[in-house]
Amino acid sequence: MAFKIAIASGKGGTGKTTFAVNLFSSINENWTRKVQLVDCDVEEPNDLLFFRNVSVTSEKASVQVIPEIDTSKCTFCKKCEEYCEFNAIVMMPTMQYATVNKDLCHSCGACFVACQFDAIHETTNAIGTITDYNIGNDRSLMEGNLRVGSPLQTMLIKDVKRNLVVENDVLIYDAPPGTSCPVVETISDADFVILVTEPTPFGVYDLKLTVDLLREVDKPFGVFVNKAGLGDSEVYEYLKAEGIQLLGEIPFSKEYASLYAKGKIVSCVPLQFAKEYRKVVAYLQKLNE
Amino acid sequence: MNNMKDITILSGKGGTGKTSITAALASVIENTVFVDADVDAADLHIIFQPENKETHVFDGAWVASIDTDLCTNCGLCREHCKFDAINFKTGGGLEIDSFACEGCRLCERVCPVGAISSERSTNNFWYVSDTRFGPLVHAKMGPGEENSGKLVTQIRKSAKEIAKAKNADYILNDGPPGIGCAAIASITGADAVILITEPSKSGFHDVVRLVELVQSFKIPMYALINKFDINLDICNQMESFFASQDIKLMGKLPFSEDVVHSMVAKKTILEYNKESEIGIILSELWKEVASSEQKIEQ
Repeated sequence: MAFKIAIASGKGGTGKTTFAVNLFSSINENWTRKVQLVDCDVEEPNDLLFFRNVSVTSEKASVQVIPEIDTSKCTFCKKCEEYCEFNAIVMMPTMQYATVNKDLCHSCGACFVACQFDAIHETTNAIGTITDYNIGNDRSLMEGNLRVGSPLQTMLIKDVKRNLVVENDVLIYDAPPGTSCPVVETISDADFVILVTEPTPFGVYDLKLTVDLLREVDKPFGVFVNKAGLGDSEVYEYLKAEGIQLLGEIPFSKEYASLYAKGKIVSCVPLQFAKEYRKVVAYLQKLNE
Repeated sequence: MNNMKDITILSGKGGTGKTSITAALASVIENTVFVDADVDAADLHIIFQPENKETHVFDGAWVASIDTDLCTNCGLCREHCKFDAINFKTGGGLEIDSFACEGCRLCERVCPVGAISSERSTNNFWYVSDTRFGPLVHAKMGPGEENSGKLVTQIRKSAKEIAKAKNADYILNDGPPGIGCAAIASITGADAVILITEPSKSGFHDVVRLVELVQSFKIPMYALINKFDINLDICNQMESFFASQDIKLMGKLPFSEDVVHSMVAKKTILEYNKESEIGIILSELWKEVASSEQKIEQ
């Protein structure tokens, strides 16, 4: 079984992706070559932008099963509409009208159970794509990419994980920002979660929300501070008071922000930063023993 | 006649400055109702220091649970659950993983002995508050909750009622990152969207997806490039992109540590430093947006 590490943060823009791709490189160089990066930020997947010489290994559509109502068999009894907790079925018996709003459907299957007249059939609706990229040196990145307009990011994240079939020693999940269901889905099977934060009031407040979440789902975690030196010291006081492991930190630098902007964060890692990533890798290796 | 405008601030990528800019605008705009529509990770209250007037419980998603005294362990619920939320416990018996449960209630309906019931999660709250800038409608989601989109819809609806009652000129929504359900809920029915972006490869990639989403709603957009000086090449590409999509570029803001300093001081950029270059540029930009929005009305 692969050791699974999820990279999360409450606040967006704290450096999850920067951390995830660098951790991936550092694990690849210092621990095992059988490591796979998985971009679970399906609304805005960015991991790919930081690699060159990229090619597609495989690509598939991710689809949800949705109902289709056969109005020639339908008796307009409205039982399916009643069963649907997501208001995805609209039925007007007087007009012999029945339709499915596919972007509201959660594919729970309740309507299929409800219908006693064989009037509901399965069809599919695209929610996004799942792509396996070769990102050079036989390294692989699996990316979920939500179809613009689809609200089913959580379902896509689940499907991305279902497609991870190659045996690996380590999986790195790059999570979306926030603290709601897509984040829960991303961390659900993780063995360890790394929260990337920045030492600003927004960063710390959102970190606390995420810590609440991780404690609620009982996941082990540690914190990595990005852009250190930028704000104030509250984050360190909080970590100390709560007994949370500080895994490492990298200082804020405008030059680094500019390297990030160009997508050059993997090829141009300052020596001091590389050391911090190696420290985290050593910590994770120990956890996995 | 009330020409109230409902404007949403979005970015695609997180951390581009939505909340800091919303707060800065609060120092400039008058007669506005504010909404923190980033209900997952709401931060506007840190600057606004709201005085809470009303607290409401938001009816969250249904969550099922099994009465083990009635359950016969037949496993029918588990067979029907599409979310892998029902599992056998070690040592026997079935249990529901409340985080995986999406609240479809099918298990409740198929259970032959009536051992499953569902309750709405009451772990989400929304608030109406007074602040030094006017009313703020905001929310706090319980950890790992579903339905952030519905919560966004709820607080925007409340803000609209408040804005109507006090004849406000604007509703300003500080939106969530991403393009999923919460972002969609924060755009629906808005009069205009302000895109706050940064010239990084990821910032650019993310705003392109967001533009596609907002265009599908046929809502006019304005763009603001924040931290424009971190990469001038990408900044130029972004400007051409916005021009090609007929999106009006409001302007560009330089990278400034004033933004972080004012956040640490829990003040808006203009409160922190009246002479801040960013604050001055923003007030000019707002005047332009306001006047062009008024023109649309005429």
